[in-house]
Amino acid sequence: MTEAIVARDLVKTYPPDVRALDGLTISVEAGTVFGLLGPNGAGKSTTVRILTALSRPDSGTAFVAGIDVLADPQAARRAIGVVGQKHGVDPQATGRENMVLQGVFYGLGGRELRTRVGETLERFDLAAVADRRVKTYSGGMQRRLDVAMGLIHRPQVLFLDEPTTGLDPEVRSEMWKEVEKLAHSEGMTILLTTHYLEEADRLADEVAIVDHGKIVASGTPEALKRGLEGDTIEIELGEGDAAATRGALARVDGIGLTEVDGRVLRVRARDGAAVVPAVLAALDAHGIRAASLTMARPSLDEVYLRHAGRRFDEEEVAA
Amino acid sequence: MTALRQTRQVSLRYLRALVRQGAWIGITLTQPLIWLLLFGALFKAVTEIPGFHGGSYIAFLAPGVVVMLAVSSAGWTGMGFIEDMTSGVMDRTLAAPVWRGALNLGSVAQAVLTILIQSLLIVGLALVLGARFAGGVGGVAILVLVGAMLGAVFASLSNGLALLARQREALIGAVSFVLLPLTFLSSALMQRSLEPSWIRTVSQFNPVNWAAEAGRSAALGHADWGLVASRIGYLVALLIVAAWFATRAFGTYQRSL
Repeated sequence: MTEAIVARDLVKTYPPDVRALDGLTISVEAGTVFGLLGPNGAGKSTTVRILTALSRPDSGTAFVAGIDVLADPQAARRAIGVVGQKHGVDPQATGRENMVLQGVFYGLGGRELRTRVGETLERFDLAAVADRRVKTYSGGMQRRLDVAMGLIHRPQVLFLDEPTTGLDPEVRSEMWKEVEKLAHSEGMTILLTTHYLEEADRLADEVAIVDHGKIVASGTPEALKRGLEGDTIEIELGEGDAAATRGALARVDGIGLTEVDGRVLRVRARDGAAVVPAVLAALDAHGIRAASLTMARPSLDEVYLRHAGRRFDEEEVAA
Repeated sequence: MTALRQTRQVSLRYLRALVRQGAWIGITLTQPLIWLLLFGALFKAVTEIPGFHGGSYIAFLAPGVVVMLAVSSAGWTGMGFIEDMTSGVMDRTLAAPVWRGALNLGSVAQAVLTILIQSLLIVGLALVLGARFAGGVGGVAILVLVGAMLGAVFASLSNGLALLARQREALIGAVSFVLLPLTFLSSALMQRSLEPSWIRTVSQFNPVNWAAEAGRSAALGHADWGLVASRIGYLVALLIVAAWFATRAFGTYQRSL
């Protein structure tokens, strides 16, 4: 297993006294999608700026594609594609002009540049509007151009800083498909930052939760959720004495908190799927029939709550 | 090669953006004419001051307006960078392995091209108004060149300042603050021997004055070639310093990110 991104103990302070990164450490396996998840101000964008050689940390080390970003920023830049939080496109120029300029910045030229610009525009479904000024583009077209520009030099590692913030749902899901395509069919390493839990959940092979400039939890989304011991089994009770359910379940192993709300029973369990048969059998033994059963995995929201000690949306409002 | 291509593409980008704004073209082309006509009308009586030698005030004034307009046009160059910082274009650009010097020089090249066009318009209008430049085509060429160099200096300074200040207001403030003092502390609008002596002393250190002196003396055909050469030398030296400053300012900007 090779690592495409390794950052150790990154510290970054801004005057007068803001500690944006406080010893942040991450490592990303090549060919995977890594989600850096956290609210605004947690340190996500600062991390991306450091890893893309745009900004320097006060201390710590950063390697991307095997290159020491701090020692050889120019080489690192060549290996990296960046799609920033803001649109990095010039609205007065056409899509093609934006692409050409970007290519020239990466040292491309001549026929190679022209061919590659044409191909990339085609690939992102922008060929028809390539010679129109970007200010006439829709939000989705602009974002596609953004990504296309980040890929013009065929980077090994792509950084997407909040790629879907401010996009409407339709464009967002279009963007998600694009990221999945890049990761799965082209084997690119992608680091994306997001404050949308569902985005990290859907796209990332591995997630790290950033809070106050530090990683407070990391792992696959599944592992993080499992760590909560928090599947919820919800059973709508049919015939039988609802009041007797607590007693009925007292001797079932592997279940946690149980609550009865009218004729709805909620059971928390570390591994929901494994305990369902035992729960149903115990109810049945007490003459209680289940009318329906649903099981919900915990959301990353709950993971966040657990590790950052706050609810995600509260933080958002505060920010 | 790559550096050159990058510089050219950057200047093309800014030029295209300007040309696509109809209002900008209108303003850029009429401003020189208005300045020459207004200053010409207002200061016409200068020719009657005892000690003024030079006959036509328009011929005397035209080099001064060339120089003043070069500073004023070039001063705003940094606005392009500030717009790029706001839009995210700057960060995306700096994440690329592009030569930082190309970003400044490309933007300076666009400013210089604008200034060249404006200077030629001023000279053309002065000729229409009956001014005669005894320095001939060569003398006028030196005037235009000196104006362009001064413009390149101020365009670089403006870019560097934009990167350090990162705010529209700071740049507007700085440009409006320096434009008039630099113009009035020079012989752009007034014959040197008629200036108060303290202004004559201060103006020796004023790049606007270097350009005004060299440009006027070449265009009006009473060139002191030693003076022209030394002033051009000063301007070249200052241009190198200014370009170096603007290129370095990218690093300062990045450290603030």
